[in-house]
Amino acid sequence: MAEYSALSLLANALKGNKDWKPAWRKPDPKASYDVIIIGGGGHGLATAYYLAKEHGITNVAVLEKGWLGSGNVGRNTTAVRSNYLLPANTRFYEHSMKLWENLSHDLNYNVMFSQRGCLNLAHTPAQFDDYARRGNAMRHLGVDAELMTTAQIKRLIPALDVSDSARFPVVGGLMQRRAGTARHDAVAWGYARGADRRGVDIIENCEVTGFLRDGDRVTGVTTSRGDIRAKKVAVAVAGSTGRVMRLAGIETMPIESHVLQAFVTESLKPFIDTVVTFGMGHFYLSQSDKGGLVYGGDIDGYNSYAQRGNLPVVDEVMSEMLALFPGLARVRMLRSWGGVCDMSMDGSPIITTGPLPGMYLNCGWCYGGFKATPASGWCFAWTIAKDQPHDFNASFTLDRFHRGLVIDDKGQGANPRLH
Amino acid sequence: MSPRRTDTGGRVDRLKTIRFTFDGTAYTGHAGDTLASALLAKGVTLFGRSFKYHRPRGLLTAGVEEPNALVTVLKGEVREPNIPATMVEIHDGLVAVSQNRFPSLAFDINAVNQLGGKLLSAGFYYKTFMGPVFGPLKGTRFWMFCEHFIRRAAGLGSAGSAKDPARYERMNAFCDVLVVGSGPAGLMAAKAASDQGARVMLADLESRLGGSANWSDESIDGAPAADWARRTVAELEGRDNVRLLPRTTVWGYYDNNTLAALERVSDHKEQPARGEPRHRYWAIRARSVVLATGAFERPLVFPGNDRPGVMLAHAAERYANEFGVLPGQRIALFTNNDSAYRAAIALKKAGASIVAIVDVRPEPSADMRELAAEAGAEFLAGHAVVATEGGKALSGLKLQRFDMSNGALTDDARSIHADCLLMSGGWSPTIHLASQAGARAEWNAARQAFLPPKPTQDGQTQRWIGAGAFTGSFSTAEAIAEGRAAGLSATGATSTPAVLPTVEAVPGDPDPAPVFEIRASGKSFVDFQHDVTAEDVRLAHREGFVSVEHLKRYTTLGMATDQGKSSNVPGLAIMAEALGKPIPEVGTTRFRPPFAPVSIGSMAAERFGDLRPERLTPMHDWHLANGATMYSAGLWYRPMIYGLAGETVEQAYVREARATRESAGIVDVSTLGKIAVQGPDAAEFLDRVYTNMFSTLPVGKARYGLMLREDGLAFDDGTTWRLGEQDFLMTTTTANAGKVMQHLEYFLDVIWPNLKVHVTSVTDEWAGAAIGGPKARQILATCVTGTAVDNTALPFMGIVRGRIADVPVMICRLSFSGEMAFEVYCGAGHGTHVWEALVEAGKPHALVTYGLEALGTMRIEKGHVTGAEIDGRTTARDLHLDWMLSKKKPFIGSAMMDREGLIASERLELVGLIALDNRPLNGGAHIVEEVDEVNPHGSIGHITACCYSPALGKYIALALVKGGKARHGTRAHVSDPLRGRFGPIEIVSNHFYDPDGSRMHG
Amino acid sequence: MLITCPYCGPRDVIEFTYQGDGNRERPEPASQNFEAWNAYVYDRLNPAGDHNEVWQHSGGCRAHLRVVRNTLTHEISSVAFVRGHHGSASRHKAEDKS
Repeated sequence: MAEYSALSLLANALKGNKDWKPAWRKPDPKASYDVIIIGGGGHGLATAYYLAKEHGITNVAVLEKGWLGSGNVGRNTTAVRSNYLLPANTRFYEHSMKLWENLSHDLNYNVMFSQRGCLNLAHTPAQFDDYARRGNAMRHLGVDAELMTTAQIKRLIPALDVSDSARFPVVGGLMQRRAGTARHDAVAWGYARGADRRGVDIIENCEVTGFLRDGDRVTGVTTSRGDIRAKKVAVAVAGSTGRVMRLAGIETMPIESHVLQAFVTESLKPFIDTVVTFGMGHFYLSQSDKGGLVYGGDIDGYNSYAQRGNLPVVDEVMSEMLALFPGLARVRMLRSWGGVCDMSMDGSPIITTGPLPGMYLNCGWCYGGFKATPASGWCFAWTIAKDQPHDFNASFTLDRFHRGLVIDDKGQGANPRLH
Repeated sequence: MSPRRTDTGGRVDRLKTIRFTFDGTAYTGHAGDTLASALLAKGVTLFGRSFKYHRPRGLLTAGVEEPNALVTVLKGEVREPNIPATMVEIHDGLVAVSQNRFPSLAFDINAVNQLGGKLLSAGFYYKTFMGPVFGPLKGTRFWMFCEHFIRRAAGLGSAGSAKDPARYERMNAFCDVLVVGSGPAGLMAAKAASDQGARVMLADLESRLGGSANWSDESIDGAPAADWARRTVAELEGRDNVRLLPRTTVWGYYDNNTLAALERVSDHKEQPARGEPRHRYWAIRARSVVLATGAFERPLVFPGNDRPGVMLAHAAERYANEFGVLPGQRIALFTNNDSAYRAAIALKKAGASIVAIVDVRPEPSADMRELAAEAGAEFLAGHAVVATEGGKALSGLKLQRFDMSNGALTDDARSIHADCLLMSGGWSPTIHLASQAGARAEWNAARQAFLPPKPTQDGQTQRWIGAGAFTGSFSTAEAIAEGRAAGLSATGATSTPAVLPTVEAVPGDPDPAPVFEIRASGKSFVDFQHDVTAEDVRLAHREGFVSVEHLKRYTTLGMATDQGKSSNVPGLAIMAEALGKPIPEVGTTRFRPPFAPVSIGSMAAERFGDLRPERLTPMHDWHLANGATMYSAGLWYRPMIYGLAGETVEQAYVREARATRESAGIVDVSTLGKIAVQGPDAAEFLDRVYTNMFSTLPVGKARYGLMLREDGLAFDDGTTWRLGEQDFLMTTTTANAGKVMQHLEYFLDVIWPNLKVHVTSVTDEWAGAAIGGPKARQILATCVTGTAVDNTALPFMGIVRGRIADVPVMICRLSFSGEMAFEVYCGAGHGTHVWEALVEAGKPHALVTYGLEALGTMRIEKGHVTGAEIDGRTTARDLHLDWMLSKKKPFIGSAMMDREGLIASERLELVGLIALDNRPLNGGAHIVEEVDEVNPHGSIGHITACCYSPALGKYIALALVKGGKARHGTRAHVSDPLRGRFGPIEIVSNHFYDPDGSRMHG
Repeated sequence: MLITCPYCGPRDVIEFTYQGDGNRERPEPASQNFEAWNAYVYDRLNPAGDHNEVWQHSGGCRAHLRVVRNTLTHEISSVAFVRGHHGSASRHKAEDKS
């Protein structure tokens, strides 16, 4: 019997739920490992899981400075989609989507990935054509996409204001049906448990304070729980990339840290099935299984590591929300939080070997990191195991900026606050 | 026996009867009642159903922290879900309904979930619903099937889709001292600060200021505390430097002492007064903040502690003293601290009989013993409640002897008949706002509570000071002293000895016994709304979810609408016990905004229904009056077509474009960005920002220019006119006007401060009309005075000044349409006047007005680029604009534009396309070498713009295609699977029409 | 967040446009030092702590301001005009604003 199943649930319930094992052990760090992964967030844990599962590398430690999943995997709006414009991104996120589609089975952990669709609303004919370009780009890479008319959208989301009197009337939309949402904490816990059961040491409350070096080569880390050596040291600390890389003597990165706020309303009976995004601003919304509307908008727009935002973005997000759903004025915002995002210079991530010998780097997720979790871990594990990138992440290099090989889905140039 | 209204006492006005309905039943209450107090007075004890097990629930509290009694308030079709009945002030015509029950509150079919019990333990859903690994339900299907039902069962109230007709407004306020909370501490702080002349704001989420003074039954300066509070409030109200904000929840503490508050202006009224909003959103910038937010009482965790009739002790005290309502007739108390004895006295005075006081402590003080005797209660020290009895209402309880040192229960259980059980598990200071401001709470073992750290007055992002129960000082006398000191300190005044109001209060030790849970069999609730039990917390421990954040996320403890205001600390205590660690080592979560849920309407405020301003050109009304269909472009509205009766969009733009090329057409170009670039170094500056030269441009001439970004990619294009040696008028694309302006300002201010140039946005100062076509010059000649417009006076790219219909105009001969064309600019206020004069002058020459569609058609025929091609990913070379890249000078982007990725051969380049099947093309369609309708693949590019070309008699498009020019003359296919459009095309030059420009040079 | 504009006084952050890292040095226009150009366009110090940055008071006087702001606390320790001749000595201490 699988460790987690309806049967095991029943068997345990009969025994008063006394027999459940910890989801992951709490080991002390060993003196050395084959691979150290810095960062016990979604990407670091997924990397450990795929290193063990796909490459048989199990002498691995994941070092987390706080509690597991305390970074952005624990504070996001849970949308999963692969509706990108540029092929490098589309291929990567579609690989992620395919991993998502089987993730609960793979992990024997219900991450509640629900393919309820993601709809981008278009408000002008020109924007509709832009979305058509993106949707067609997806279709030419084998990814599902379809255009929807205003009438179809109204049927799908009855509460949406599609009237001509709206300030920005809805003229149609781009739908990816296979997109959806997942339970974000479960993703961290599921990967943690999967990695743990394969022998990976997950070490919480272990802050990396420096890198051990042999010349240029990285040979391990110093931590709040002692020195740990490793053949390979992988960094997956989106949100803190600048801080950790500085410990390795790398002063500048093509990244700025920005705070992104997210919001959830009180729990409501089913209101909307899909993820929906607004085309004339920056706003996205979905409803969780518990019933809260989960939504967000733009980053605050200035460098910050503070995990707290300010009111201008709050007010803007609420205004955009009501422009789409005027019936929600009396619904109440219950919680808000801020996450620190690695905003890269082209809006696309970095998964690469280096920049120092013995080091591997995974960062620059902007605010698309959650949906990338499976593919990010999968590709990073490949890159660490084989010392070269997989085709899926071959474009996500660190030197692409200087070489003019940027992957700029939004066309905003080297202006992180606009990606 | 049941709850009832007392004959006297409380703030309610028994002479004023108010009629309302709850779940369709008509009730009456009195002015001053909340929905909770009014229903309780009528004997209602069942208020709601819990989230997971749908257990029947009654009132736990009397305030904002209520987890159980949530209702939906209906105003016509507009719904306001999830409002605690304790926070709804009744008014005539109020309609409230219960939630999360089917078919009725009394009989809820989902209560069957309770049978699932241990199966539905914390996190059970992570372990199941994964479904088969093969077959039709593999992948995510099985989960989505289950989820469908889970979603229906979950959720509390329902949101509506009808637009809320209410108005919301925002106020920006500034003060020296913001006092949050108006209990004795807050009132004293406001008084002391305002005595010093400070501008003070005092906010309290309750409708009546005074906080605990309204229900404590203590006396201050010899008068009932409520009277003292009323007098103090009246005194503050009379001061010019004080603003009182009742019904105002301060919910957010942001940087630089910016606080966000929600004032419920008219929810308590049947109709808002004229002009009154429903809610007012306050953004308050306070020099200092006094946090006098009080404390929340904690429940005790024991089996059956959620049965309707079990209530927090102080809540009962409030119902009795503030509302004149007895929550029961035979009342028992269960406590670990002294504060609950006050409630016993209050309820006794109000007419209830106190059947028992059960105290977990073996030896409560003599004072307590006396109070118990005064209340006439059986006194059961060293005992604990181990079960409650009854169905949807409490009928009795069971208790056993209890040993506080080890939690052991001994002796036989004994039953006591009671219809109300009050519990008190100690108090947790309301430290939420301080926590939002970044303060880390510290565990105080004596108080068994997290207390705020020392206040910070030196920080810039947070300057607050605490007073009263917020700091863990639970007595009124302390609150008064601390409140005064805080008020003075917040104004920078030194605290001097003063005679403080004297307080007479029931004695009591503020420190509770460290008992949070009674472990006996049965469900003991920690988080009432989310049905998190003590067993769930222990299960989380067994599974390793032991850090406070994991506990919260795994069990959903504290994630309900009350956000764990009463459940957080008991939950932590149970986890700490399981871990064998002290509570502070488990930690406390950082509170984030909002303190209590906030209406979304209030935060949108005036932007609700009015998201963005509308930008209209000076000729907007004329366009509407003359049949234009408008197109929204960013914030602007522009004519799309001037359709005739029965015309399709395509017929209209084809007619307009054809007529323009045959005779003449006129289009409103007022939306183009216009920037005056002036100063001795203006020409030098333009040489640096444009890729081509402007210093060589003669006065009285215009030139087309291209700008790059710093990274070497194309940014914007437009013409710039040299009006004088040091005076240029730059035009930009409509969409980029603001961005270009900021770009120029940045370079002038930050990079090249030595350049003597000033830039001014003049977009809104000028109205512009472009008139083009073979007859355009003739038309101008008939209406322009003061200048000739012939080829000598006004050559290609020349500029002249003259008058049209007595209005000064500036005319530049430039062309976007490819025809002989002129842009006529005049002061914005004269826009319509000049436009009408031009249209009138054009009548004999069959001048048409044309819109964006025809404009786009003619630009496609000419192969000009716009934002669809300059999309932030293309280079000048990609767009065949490399002829504009000066080699004689550096310019913004010149150093970066030749990097390997930007000159790679596989880049997309601008080309023209002709549909060979003579069918319309679609924007956003892709181009492939070979069509595969089933599995589209092999995209080599996409269409950026397309139209039917009247000049060519074909469907044509501009496209960005790999290989670009090398493919001219070759065939390919459009592949548009989204719209099912496939077909052959020929790839040609983007210059479809009049490539040598003979028509415009004419 | 409030920024004290030397012209306009303390104003809410909503009036300002962030123009990013103020440490970046633009090479001379004719410079052929491509490493320097790349560093200027793409590389950021991104410190966790005091950050030297440029803001434009776009909803006010439109001046560009050099702001030193702590990225961990959002505390601002100095604001001055970027452009020297407005008086670069104009430093406003935190205590001056509210």
